[in-house]
Amino acid sequence: MSIDGLQQHELQERWLIRGATLPDGTSTDIRLDGRGITELGIGLSQSGASVIDAEGLIALPGLVDLHAHLREPGYEHSETVLSGSRAAARGGFTSVFAMANTLPAQDTAGVVEQVLALGESAGYVDVQPIGAVTVGLAGKQLAELGAMASSKARVRVFSDDGFCVSDPLLMRRALEYVKAFDGVIAQHSQEPRLTENAQMNEGALSGELGLVGWPAVAEESIIARDVLLAEHVGSRLHVCHVSTAGSVDVIRWAKARGINVTAEVTPHHLLLTEDLVRGYDARFKVNPPLRSREDVQALRAGLADGTIDIVATDHAPHPVESKDCEWDAAANGMVGLESALSVVHAAVVATGLLDWADIERVLSRTPARIGRLVGQGNPIAVGSPAELTLYDPAATRVFGREDLAGTSTNSPYLSMTLPGEVRATFHRGYPTVLDGVVRSSLEIADQASGVVVHG
Amino acid sequence: MAHTVLTQADITRALTRISHEILESNRGPDNLVILGIPTRGVILARRIADIIQRIEPAATMLRVGSLDVTLYRDDLAHGRTRTPSRTEVPGSIDGATVVLVDDVLYSGRTIRSALDALGDHGRPTIVRLAVLVDRGHRELPIRADFVGRNLPTATDERINVHLVESDGDEFVSIDGGSNR
Amino acid sequence: MRHLLSTKDLSRDEAINLLDIAEDMADVAEREVKKLPTLRGKTVVNLFFEDSTRTRISFEAAAKRLSADVINFSAKGSSVSKGESLKDTAQTLAAIGADGVVIRHPASGAPAVLAASGWIDAGIINAGDGTHEHPTQALLDAFTIRRRIHGQASRGTGLDGVSVTIVGDVLHSRVARSNLWLLTTLGADVTFVAPPTLLPSDTSLWPARFSFDLDDAIDAGPDVVMMLRIQTERMHAAFFPSSREYSRVWGLDDARFRRLGPASIVMHPGPMNRGLEISSAAADSANSTVLEQVTNGVSVRMAALYLLLSGDRKESKNVD
Ligand SMILES: [Zn+2]
Repeated sequence: MSIDGLQQHELQERWLIRGATLPDGTSTDIRLDGRGITELGIGLSQSGASVIDAEGLIALPGLVDLHAHLREPGYEHSETVLSGSRAAARGGFTSVFAMANTLPAQDTAGVVEQVLALGESAGYVDVQPIGAVTVGLAGKQLAELGAMASSKARVRVFSDDGFCVSDPLLMRRALEYVKAFDGVIAQHSQEPRLTENAQMNEGALSGELGLVGWPAVAEESIIARDVLLAEHVGSRLHVCHVSTAGSVDVIRWAKARGINVTAEVTPHHLLLTEDLVRGYDARFKVNPPLRSREDVQALRAGLADGTIDIVATDHAPHPVESKDCEWDAAANGMVGLESALSVVHAAVVATGLLDWADIERVLSRTPARIGRLVGQGNPIAVGSPAELTLYDPAATRVFGREDLAGTSTNSPYLSMTLPGEVRATFHRGYPTVLDGVVRSSLEIADQASGVVVHG
Repeated sequence: MAHTVLTQADITRALTRISHEILESNRGPDNLVILGIPTRGVILARRIADIIQRIEPAATMLRVGSLDVTLYRDDLAHGRTRTPSRTEVPGSIDGATVVLVDDVLYSGRTIRSALDALGDHGRPTIVRLAVLVDRGHRELPIRADFVGRNLPTATDERINVHLVESDGDEFVSIDGGSNR
Repeated sequence: MRHLLSTKDLSRDEAINLLDIAEDMADVAEREVKKLPTLRGKTVVNLFFEDSTRTRISFEAAAKRLSADVINFSAKGSSVSKGESLKDTAQTLAAIGADGVVIRHPASGAPAVLAASGWIDAGIINAGDGTHEHPTQALLDAFTIRRRIHGQASRGTGLDGVSVTIVGDVLHSRVARSNLWLLTTLGADVTFVAPPTLLPSDTSLWPARFSFDLDDAIDAGPDVVMMLRIQTERMHAAFFPSSREYSRVWGLDDARFRRLGPASIVMHPGPMNRGLEISSAAADSANSTVLEQVTNGVSVRMAALYLLLSGDRKESKNVD
């Protein structure tokens, strides 16, 4: 999405970020305004600009989440585009891909344009709708992929996430069809018959707890099939929320073979293990489920060696009553936007597997590229859009309800100690988060409406 | 701190006297059932039964057993959960003379529980109570028929009863208390 | 004991203490007056989200023998299935003033959720949760085995060296899980025999032996053979081909029963499918403890209710 044609009176707000550390470790001042990043260097003039002291803070390009559930339309009691956008900004994101499992589903041009418009008026982040692969995510009939692609929402990522496109013929057709507009199918890889009524990772613990197992092979077999289909039709496949060591192996094999596949891992699969299920606390119920320690290690290694391309949150808000119940009856999913960067920090930066340049790649540049999102995921450089995040890597905090900014509170991290904190987020040249506080919806909506955007 | 109020010899003498008194009040050993209240009451009951046996070698019908009162206590909702001890009532107690035996008589609540428990086992004609020590401070209208030693105490004092079978040594002592 | 949710975390001492108290309770059942005043004024709610008349009346008899007031709350097919949650039900029971809740639920972990929730401050007894555990069933099984082996000298003893072979649908059996932990804690050696489809896929953390061959297991001369109930619905999910094949390969038929030692114990948690997992000759033999298990169930549940509902609840230890 490109920004131009700014009206004169909107150019007032200029910002000077003093002494930030770039992902490559160098230190710089950053000047930015509604047009973008205007100047980099040491000792920049502060004339006409509000100054932020960023000593000790890391400046990252605004984070891009390829996988979030914003729940609107249809499930506004869980989240709205506005509340989800606030959660995203709180977590340092400047763009969020909104999954298609809304009600009605995002399976027509009308619905994706509606979601796009809701995102624009909220103004915290770029909300990029994902289109459903099949009508109503029912897995029977292709949705109007072309109409969504050519709509104002310019949809490039298609997914029935929540459900697997398990019919091999339908999957093949979808992969083929989206080649017409450089689209990608983001698959929720879950063989449905192998996971009927599945409740947690299948293994020794599921046997002990008496919960129906969700076997790794149900994910790996679909990924194996899909990479072969993608190879066969010469199309682009994206694998959502890879969760097992075997999946990493399959994707590594596919990439070595030259297959055009990308893969994501969630922050929670990088940090949490199935052992948390022991108390039957449904905050830890998620799909795909939390896996074993060995799986977590393999996912971290896969992210480090590039087999897994990106981190995406799978932010999945649910109301209290969907989690305040017995395990079987509880909904799958966790909110993750607000905690993502800290969790990734704990899982792969603090452990020395990734550095901040890698974080820029996996949480900004590559997700924007996979989603074909222009205006996001660009390096911090003069001329880049003013999308950035200031992160304090030295902070630690006990993650609490006050750290959440969306409607729902189903975070698995509540009362855990997490490293780091997002201090500021800039979107289109204005701060959405300042001093660690999300700015008010009214202020942000005013800022957003002042900027003319051409899709 | 603790000072001894009964030595092993005192205890033996007291039990011998109690045994004689039991025989006297019952006009012999017939129809006697001696039930100790766990833990130390059971030991005392056995000793009394042995002494009676020695006094009356013909008393082959003398029966001795234990009556646990844990499940009949009125304070089960307070403190730690108590593990019950074994109840062994030797045969029917209907029409018998039951002598309950405990080490210390204090509030009377244990004996109240014992009477309730006993009632669930049958209907004795007479129930008597024998205790090694009566320290006073009754909370219920209960008194002992046979007492080894009356020991006036303050409520903040503690009576320790040690018997060879349970403790390895044998004495009764008092400790604690603000005015001693 | 704050709650009884699982046998996994029962220590040997705790388990033996409970079984010993159950012996005291069994003694009471022999008396003329079978009732104790112990839990007078306490309210026990039988909260059953799943039908089980056998388990419910066993708990009901246990609570009544201890003089507790009993409320039976059958939640199956009532408002609960129309969306009344476990939480609402729990809060209702708290408002009624329940001191103890005996819960049977089709979802594994529901009793643990209830115990941890703060919705209700009652002691929780798991009376069977999904395919997770059924601790009082295992306790009554252990009690039954101990009595058969040690008789009047049972008090204070474990099951050291006793070999127990558990046969059938281990995957879906909460009885199997609870027995695994309890029997091994008490020193028994446990062997599971089942078709591979009816064992958990990963049993590496289970302190037991596994076999697919019932004949081998019988010929090993176990002290106890426990047959689990097989649900014929399982064959529709491809766990086994037919009830005829199941019975032939995994059932305790007359021939296998005759090969057992004369002192061996044949157990079944009930209700039995005669002719399927167990033959009538085996079920009705002197080796069978099926009816003793029912009798002992009341004593064991009295012991559990006593341990949960007496004493100051703030001072009691959480066993889950
Ligand atoms: Zn998904």
